[in-house]
Parts: sequence; structure tokens; C-alpha cells
Amino acid sequence: MATKTAGADPAGVVTEHLTLEDRVALLRYMLLMRGIEERAMNLYRQGKVPGSFYDGFGQEAVSVGSTFAMSAQDRLCILHRDLGGHLVRGVTPARILAQYMGRADGITNGRDGNVHFGDHRLGCVGMVSMLPDMMLVATGMAMAFKLRHEKRCAITWFGDGSTSRGDFHEAMNWAGVQRLPVIFVLENNQYAYSTPTTSQFAVDPVERAATYGFPGETVDGNDVEAMFEATRRARERALAGDGPTLLEAVTMRMHGHAAHDDMKYVPKEQVEEWRKKDPIDRQETRLREAGVDTLAIREEIAAAIEEGTREALANPMPDPATATDRLFHDGDEILLGDGNAPWSGFAGGAR
Amino acid sequence: MATMTYLQAISDAMREEMRADERVLVMGEDIGVFGGAFKVTDGFIDEFGPDRVMDTPLAESGIIGTAIGAAVVGMRPIAEMQFADFISCGFDQLVNVAGKMYYRQGLPVNITVRLPSGGGFSGGPFHSQNPEAWFMHSPGLKVVAPSTATDAKGLLISAVRDHNPVIYLEHKHLYRRVKEEVEPGTYATPFTARIAREGTDLTVIAYGAMVHTALEATEDIDGASVEVVDLRSLVPLDEEAILASVRKTSKVLILDEANQTCAAGAQVAAVIADKAFEDLDGPVRRVATPDVPIPFSPPLEQALLPSVDRVKEAARELLEY
Repeated sequence: MATKTAGADPAGVVTEHLTLEDRVALLRYMLLMRGIEERAMNLYRQGKVPGSFYDGFGQEAVSVGSTFAMSAQDRLCILHRDLGGHLVRGVTPARILAQYMGRADGITNGRDGNVHFGDHRLGCVGMVSMLPDMMLVATGMAMAFKLRHEKRCAITWFGDGSTSRGDFHEAMNWAGVQRLPVIFVLENNQYAYSTPTTSQFAVDPVERAATYGFPGETVDGNDVEAMFEATRRARERALAGDGPTLLEAVTMRMHGHAAHDDMKYVPKEQVEEWRKKDPIDRQETRLREAGVDTLAIREEIAAAIEEGTREALANPMPDPATATDRLFHDGDEILLGDGNAPWSGFAGGAR
Repeated sequence: MATMTYLQAISDAMREEMRADERVLVMGEDIGVFGGAFKVTDGFIDEFGPDRVMDTPLAESGIIGTAIGAAVVGMRPIAEMQFADFISCGFDQLVNVAGKMYYRQGLPVNITVRLPSGGGFSGGPFHSQNPEAWFMHSPGLKVVAPSTATDAKGLLISAVRDHNPVIYLEHKHLYRRVKEEVEPGTYATPFTARIAREGTDLTVIAYGAMVHTALEATEDIDGASVEVVDLRSLVPLDEEAILASVRKTSKVLILDEANQTCAAGAQVAAVIADKAFEDLDGPVRRVATPDVPIPFSPPLEQALLPSVDRVKEAARELLEY
């Protein structure tokens, strides 16, 4: 049942479902993700980001493209190399940078670090380090949607390394048995920390989808429009009651596992090969050919990151006296809220 | 008022909450058509249908993980582990996802996880455990353990209504042995201790099935007046109730059916040592199960579980101290 989507012609039209404005927005979110992460790496080197720092350099198309296909009422469990997902939903650069620096107004108010966050008001649940735990959480959301006959969908991302753990099986099986409206995005970036995929599985995990009773599709994870289109179709299937989809986004982790990792275990030629497929370069080339002034967009994004950095640096560290607060909730019910859904297909309240 | 067993009271709590609140659903292994391994959900599927009485795959991590997902989008799942022991397979979802969610990102996880726990019936090493201390040591989880039918119902209703993850330990030994008149409809029991019997000479602190062991063992020790405190809730722990009783009697015996090291009773003993040292008139004593797995063969199992005789002997020694 697994299908392969050929890499699109870099300048060609991938899908008729994106307006030029949408395609520009996709570039914008990818630039914003890369810019924020580059800034955060600088702040890390300056000692302003405690712990370590993890980024998604080279993988921007995966989260940006797939999140762009999700409606405001859909719900997301986002992984650590998928900052773009948070940006599409509407989290601001200042709050993200404050989060990295452990500041009071970071998304977790200093309780968790790096991309371990989710703004629940925007429909996102923050990941935990035990991967892929969130596959089950997304499956449970989809279970509730189906139970209540709601036309909504859940989506979650996880890496190639995650396919080795039991929760991958439990979630895939559960979602298949109950035909749930959930999209699983397997982000195959070739390495689980230092372990190559050849040491992780004998069969490409996208092939496993069929054994759970639903389709698996391989997507060019460095093509933001292809990611959008594959996710859009998976969402259509989910809303039609046809159950889950596994999307394998084939990409490459271009940096080490985290800031401390020099990635000496990756052959240089492999990195160089993938550099030619950089998702931002590809989208920028397309748009330039379509007559878009991408330099102006870059300047605009750089200014937004400057502004966000200033704001984040001005934010205080959390008050140590609050370290034991917020363990249990008592009061009004708090649930996941609706996030931004900038795709033109949702304009006018369309779902 | 109707007479109900502990088990019937648990069923009644879920049935009443499900009737009153369509967000409540029950999920677990063999709980639908079969009605559950212990028949706690017998007949539920006929009244509420298979969507709200969900037979799940045999996947404990899946049960807890999907319950979390359903909860954060507005459901109030009650997840059943077939036996408390199997929670080890769902430990990660409970401890790392559910327990830390609200602290990390301000998103509460309203799930109740029912754990049929405890030994005494040759269940062996995988069907007899009392794993409550694992969760007391995991921030963000509430842990309750009723000993009576009335509390079994009221604590479960409170657990379902609580915005936070609640581990609900139901002792298998009590299922059909304990019964009393139980209020109809719904009522919520607070997560606080109760005095199971008033007394002035000695305090015995227990929870779950050990409350009954405590009551029986101290019913008549040469006319001594023995107070029995039923903790009911382990997180939060009702320190005020514990300390008030210690101040009154000055002597304390603490019972655990769980393995001794770092059990709930160890925490109770630590609280007393820290906050009631001046009120004590004897050592804080504990009776618990030795630190070995629960064996299958009856003489081996009975040699380990705290018996009425062992408790009586410890109580007598303390009274004479």
C-alpha cells in the first residue's frame, strides 16, 4: 500500500491547492524557523541558552508544509526539529527565544527547555523526550474526535529512531483498528542521534503502514509544497472517515543531534549531497522564478527576529519562589484551543 | 440506601458519572461485552454502547496514552488496568506525559486510572502488587485508595471530576468481602484521611485492605483504646489528620501491604518523625510486606503479607512500651 511521491521539479507547480500567497507564506515560515534557530544557537554559544540546543536545520519543509495543511480546529503534537509547526500555529519569535533561554514568559515559563513546548491555547501539545510517546496522545485525540463525530484531525511527528519503540506499534495498531482521523508524519532524517537507519530497521517503516491497515506514503521532506500536498490529502482521507495515514518525510539532519555533537559519524559527502536539496533554497528559487522579491522577505524576517530577540532578552528569569507552583490544577477546565490556520483553503471558515 | 459491595460501589460510581456527564468514558481490556476481568463494568456496554465502554487492544501504554489525548480535547476517560501490575507497561505515559503536562505547559490531564491491586489469593508475582509508591514518587499524579464501599464510590467520583491524573487503587481482596449501605446518586469524597475508629492509646495508620486488618487486629487488645486512621488519599497526604492522631495517642503503628522500602508508610513515618517528634512516646513502628516479589503458593504468600496476628503483636508491643 506504500506509495512513492517523486520529488517535484524544483521550479514546477506541485499542487493547485496553493496560491502564490500561500507559497510565499511557506517560505516565510521556513525562513523564520531557520533564523530563530540560528539566533538561538548564537545565544547558546554566548551562554544565554542553558542545557543544550537542538535544531531542525535542513528539515524546515517537513513541519511547515504539513502544519500548513491543518485547520484551526485540528490538534498537533509537535517534535523537536519542527519549530515551523509552532510558527504556523502562531507562536511568536519572542516567546520561543524566551523559552530557549529559560525565561519567565517562555512557553513553559522556564519549566522545560528547547523545543519541549506546546502552546495549548493554539492547539499544540508539547513533546516529551521519550519518543514517540506523542503518537499515542495524538491517537487519543483522534479517538475523541471520532467518538464525538467531529470533522477534525490530529497530527504528530516523530523520527526514524522512534519507529523502534513499542509506542510506535501501539499507536499505529490502535489507529488502524479504530480507523482514526490521525496523521503520522515519520521524519526520516537518516540518523537517530549517531545511529544510521541501516542499524535501525530491516524494512523501511513506511512499508509497515500496510500491515496496520492504512496507507503509507513517501514524501520528499525537503519540498515544502510536496509536504503540504501529501498532508492535505491525508487530512481529506481522515475527515472522510477513511482512517490514518503514515507519511514518511525523507530528509536529512544537517546538524548534530544537539549543539555538542560534531556529527563526525556522518560522511561529509552525504551532507554535501543534501545541502544541494536545501528546502529553503528550493522554495526561494521557485518564487523568484514566479517574480517574488525574496530578498525583501528575508529582510523582513531578519527584522522580526531582531525584534523578538530584543523582547526575549528583556524578559526576566523566573522567580525561584515559583518552582513548586502549578503542579495540580484546580478551577475552570483548561483544554486545547484553536490555532492559526493560514492556508487560503481555510479562508471564510472552510474546514 | 442500597447495600452494595465495594465492587458494586465502584460500578455505581462510574455508572452515575457516565449518566450525568457524556464526557466520561471507560476504556480497558475485556471491559465491554465481557464486563471486565472482575465484572466491574458488567452490563455497561448495553447501557452506554461500545464507544463509551471501549474494549481496547492489549496495550497498556496505548490505553494511558490515548486516554491522555482524549482528555486534553475534552473527554474524561476512566482507564482500567486489568491488574494493577500491568501499569508497568504504561508507566512512561503516566509518569512522563500525564504527570508532567500541567507543570510544564499549563495543560491539565483529566484522566482516572483504575488499578485493581493487592494480594492474598495466589495471584503470584504479576497479579498481586501494590504499586502505589511508584506514583507517590512521581510528581503530578494524585493517588487514592479506598477501604470501604462508601469511599470507593465517593473517591472514584472525585477522581473523575478532578482535573488532574488520579491513580485509583481498588483492592481486589475487598471487592466482594466488604459491603455496606451506600448513598444513591452521586457524591464526592474529598482526598483526605478519615478516622475509621476513635481511640486514645495507640494510632494505627493504614489504607486500602490494611484498614480492615488494622480494625480486626486491634478490636480487643486487653481493652486498649486504639485509633485507626484510614488515609484514603496518599497524594495529597493528609498530614494534619496524621499529626492530630499522633498528638492524641503518642504511639504509632503504620501498615503497608506493599513492599516495605519507600512504601507509603515510610513517607508517613518520615512526616511523623519530622513534625511530631515531641509528641511521641515510643518508636514509630511499621508492619509491611518484606522486599520480595509476591509468591504464588499460599503458605509463602501468607508468610509475607501483613496478617492480623503480626499487626496485633506489633500493636501489643507498642502499647506496652
